[in-house]
Amino acid sequence: MSYTTSPHLLKANSVSLVMMQVCLALVPAIFAYTWLIGPAILIQIVIAVLAALLAEAMMLRVQGKPLAMFLSDGSAIVTALLIALAFPPLAPWWLVVTGTVFAIVVAKHLYGGLGQNPFNPAMIAFAICIVAFPALMSQWPSVGLKLSLIEQLNIILGLAPSIDALSGATPLDALKTALKLGEGNVNVADLLANQDIFGYFAGRGWEWVAFGYLLGGLWMWYRNLITWHAPAAFIAAMTLASGALWLYNPGQFANPLFHLLSGGAMIGAFFIVTDPVSGCTTPRGKLIFGAGAGLLAYIIRVFGGYPDGIAFAVLLMNLSAPVIDLLTQPAIFGMKDKK
Amino acid sequence: MITRDEFKTIAGNGIWKQNTSIVQILGLCPLLAVTTNAVNGIMLSLATIIVMAISGFAVASLRNLIPHEIRIPVFILIVAALVTVVDLLFNANLHELYLVLGIFIPLIVTNCIVLARVEAFAAKNSPLQATLDGVFMGIGMLWTLAILGAMREFIGSGTILGGIDMVFPGLQPIQVLPENYPGFLLALLPPGAFILLGCMIAWKNWMSAKAAARAQKPPPAPVATAGCQQV
Repeated sequence: MSYTTSPHLLKANSVSLVMMQVCLALVPAIFAYTWLIGPAILIQIVIAVLAALLAEAMMLRVQGKPLAMFLSDGSAIVTALLIALAFPPLAPWWLVVTGTVFAIVVAKHLYGGLGQNPFNPAMIAFAICIVAFPALMSQWPSVGLKLSLIEQLNIILGLAPSIDALSGATPLDALKTALKLGEGNVNVADLLANQDIFGYFAGRGWEWVAFGYLLGGLWMWYRNLITWHAPAAFIAAMTLASGALWLYNPGQFANPLFHLLSGGAMIGAFFIVTDPVSGCTTPRGKLIFGAGAGLLAYIIRVFGGYPDGIAFAVLLMNLSAPVIDLLTQPAIFGMKDKK
Repeated sequence: MITRDEFKTIAGNGIWKQNTSIVQILGLCPLLAVTTNAVNGIMLSLATIIVMAISGFAVASLRNLIPHEIRIPVFILIVAALVTVVDLLFNANLHELYLVLGIFIPLIVTNCIVLARVEAFAAKNSPLQATLDGVFMGIGMLWTLAILGAMREFIGSGTILGGIDMVFPGLQPIQVLPENYPGFLLALLPPGAFILLGCMIAWKNWMSAKAAARAQKPPPAPVATAGCQQV
């Protein structure tokens, strides 16, 4: 048995320690993702991490900053992981590389590097690529598809022909298309119950990936890596918005659970709006930030032209984060809150 | 007449030091809208050069006759008349290009570059200088729009000289990147223009900073002082 003398202080969380734990928190979701789609997501993660580290090293070199210190802090790896998880798993390799390099070079380093970026780099990567390559960014593989590692690698590296035949719609897309084609004559509840693409709560298979994010997020909260404010506000806003419309017209609008477990809602709630750099820092600010992102994401997703709205919602809230922070500064200890 | 130094100053200001697009950041609307390839940018700049040269000459010649209080409406009237001429010329001779540039040729009237140079330079200088100023300001706009357009076109669709067939029938755009290049649509959209213009501005500032550092004489060696320095 070993003894230590006082002071019994816990080691302060360094950036690299926090980033490592965030990566760890993503493991359940990555595990579910791999079980669902196959090793493609792991290939994408490797590609994204390599691209991110190379881009980071290049930018550090240009700026004359120490390479080892900044490369090992893990922030680029977290960005790369989030990008790989947000992109379609069978997208060509250069799509992920383009997004990642843009995120690191433009969204992170041109704005001053770690801690200075006003926008979430991963969401910038997603937004850039969905604007520039809308077709490729909406080719998601059908869940039932079973491909071997080699087949998936060939598709990603562009050695096999395009995946048009293999791709299906995401659950959100399927719902939107069905509602559009049905022109008011279809019922969401029937669709969710009968179509093969939907599972118990949301998209078949994808709902378990969402639970993976939820699990990782709760663990991060338990470990004090994130506070409850932003995720809770995000989930509450999305639940309220979708719940209100669902109660108003259950035939045309999906239930809140479907929305929370579809698309990027869960990864957004726990891994994106909790970003300490591009998000708000005051407790009340985090509540507003999360709620705004959740509401905007729901509006863009249901009424907008894009399949999912997390990226644009988060970027819009990133823009307003400085003002929210300014308006929600807590009173200094010992002073009365000026109201 | 004009001295060599004056000419150098006017040319240097127009092309580099007070470049309309990357220093004064004027006329962003046509810049964003038409520079989807180099040819469009160059042709719009040529139209602007014609307007700026003649309007500079006209305003400088009439500057002593124009009442100070209503000078702006008079300037606009002169510019608008010239733009109408250019607009009709484009419509008649380069009709396809005219359709592409569309509203941006008539909008040269409202382009702040034209009015800014007329107000800031032509109204205070002799006709020859004002004409030269218009020409060189236009050339400054021309090369920035040409480079910006070429970059956007190259990144966005992998070709160079797109739209050249509208000016010189018979010539074809050259496909530089392989045929299966997917095209980076973002570069052709307005955000791409903003991002690339930002890069050009950064490049200009970097070059200017380097030039300034070179021009600065090395600071004199510090004189060793004993004890406290007197303030």
